[in-house]
Amino acid sequence: MGRPRSAARNRAGRPNAALALPAILFFAFFAVAPMVLAFYLSFTQWNGLGDPRPVGLANWRKLLNDDRLTQSLTVTVVLTVVSWAFQTVLSLLLGVWAAGRQRNRAVLSAIFFTPFLLSSTAISLLFYALLDPNFGIIHADTLGTTSGAFLAIVFVGGWQFIPFHTLIYQGGARQIPEVLYQAAAIDGAGRLRQFFSITLPQLRNTATTSGVLMIVGSLTYFETVLILTQGGPGTDTAILPYLMYQAGFKSYDFGYASAVASFLVIAATALSLLMVRLSGFGAMRSTREGM
Amino acid sequence: MKTAPAPGPDRTAPRRRHWSRRANPLAGAGSVIWLAVVIVPVYAMISASLTHQSEALGHNALKPPSHPTLDNYDTVLHNGFGHLLWNTALVAAAVVVIVLALCVPLSYVAVRTRSVWSGAAFRLFLLGVAIPAQAVVVPLYLMIAKLNLYDSLLAIILPTAAFAMPVSVLILTGTLRDISEDLYEAMGLDGASTTRMLFQLVIPLAKGGISTVVVYAALQAWNGLLFPLIFTQSDGPRVLTLGLFNYVSEFGVNIPALLASVVLSGVPIFVVYLVARRALVGGLMGVGGK
Repeated sequence: MGRPRSAARNRAGRPNAALALPAILFFAFFAVAPMVLAFYLSFTQWNGLGDPRPVGLANWRKLLNDDRLTQSLTVTVVLTVVSWAFQTVLSLLLGVWAAGRQRNRAVLSAIFFTPFLLSSTAISLLFYALLDPNFGIIHADTLGTTSGAFLAIVFVGGWQFIPFHTLIYQGGARQIPEVLYQAAAIDGAGRLRQFFSITLPQLRNTATTSGVLMIVGSLTYFETVLILTQGGPGTDTAILPYLMYQAGFKSYDFGYASAVASFLVIAATALSLLMVRLSGFGAMRSTREGM
Repeated sequence: MKTAPAPGPDRTAPRRRHWSRRANPLAGAGSVIWLAVVIVPVYAMISASLTHQSEALGHNALKPPSHPTLDNYDTVLHNGFGHLLWNTALVAAAVVVIVLALCVPLSYVAVRTRSVWSGAAFRLFLLGVAIPAQAVVVPLYLMIAKLNLYDSLLAIILPTAAFAMPVSVLILTGTLRDISEDLYEAMGLDGASTTRMLFQLVIPLAKGGISTVVVYAALQAWNGLLFPLIFTQSDGPRVLTLGLFNYVSEFGVNIPALLASVVLSGVPIFVVYLVARRALVGGLMGVGGK
């Protein structure tokens, strides 16, 4: 696309920009305006009834002196990093393996995909039942201990999302040119050597895309936390979105909840800027050769 | 033109690749372990959903039921499951229609015009990719209430559609960029209007991307719990995820019935999967496979 073309050739099929307007207005109204409104509401007090009342910096002052925020931030970051590591290693290995073409791989890949057919809610409920001390697989109060609850969230998140990321890595691995491996084989490189010298470097961009999606995704493990642990034991697994939910829709302190939400917006915006940078999504060019 | 990345050399290469020439016992073992990780919970869920409630307490979920029963399914189906399914299908269909109607023209403009404005609009949607719905649910709650939409299906549909848009735009622009300049030019020489190009060139050639967006948007609608949980209250607009969530309190310790409802919630999408496996998997593979 970057090649220079004559103005006349370029003009064909240039649509009127007004075609894009409905989408922009809709998105601005239901997604961008609420973000701005979240910042405004963080400077008000509102219990969900009547109108929000401005209170200046009170919510922010309260938030920054709140131990729950520090704890929640820590849990969110640790959960995100651990989930990322767990999911990346497994989906990379599974994806590269599944990129092979024998029949049994196709069948197994289809089975590996099954968790994706259940919603987060359904999956969380499934593990809620399977981790029940009286009924489940492990007859111990897994969710009642801090480390148990934390590992359960990481595992359930992985169980749900590894199939999807495996698919991404499978797509990436299939695009690696066969000649690279042929050349390496002629040079006498073994399978392990080929994996580290060809497969891994070639999957760099795939890993970035998948990694960013994982990080953004685990910021929002809301359903899993809501159903599996309710933020517990105590507040040990109360990630930021759950803290926000609790402050707003349990304690009816919507101003405070908005301050927490503003935190999330800042974190998410930073992440998405990073994503645009790293993944090349922002570059308006075709990813296919010669187009 | 497919969204699934063109496999290039794959098409002509011999079917067996270098790493499949010799058996790889480690990888084989690993895949079998993962198979167990996937299958055991699914098996336990189905087996437990067939367990009689009186047998459930102190029962190990891995043990098959001694007297399999369909009672739990009966209970769930008589608890308004059809209504939940119908609402969910309505929400999913509406979200898909809104997303396509808005995002296809937008992506066309973003790819084909190079004005500052279209670039800015595209970047706005890119930023939206990472914005979690949780972050804006409080102000949305206020807006939904002010619009008199609280406790209606529209209260779920509109925000869900808005939050499905960024990724949809990403997928669609990715596909539309691969349409050759020459095709526009040829149609331009025939005197085609841009509207005609949209319907006769862009949409037919973007089928791959469009079907991915259909799957993606429908899944968003199918999976969402947060918006239904916060923007609805009564039985009328209740959707499947919220219904499942409420079963926890309704059925209390009746875990077999709870799991039967989880199984049932997976059945519709499993049917879609059987019918449209290729589109579903191929489309999702294209999301990040570049």
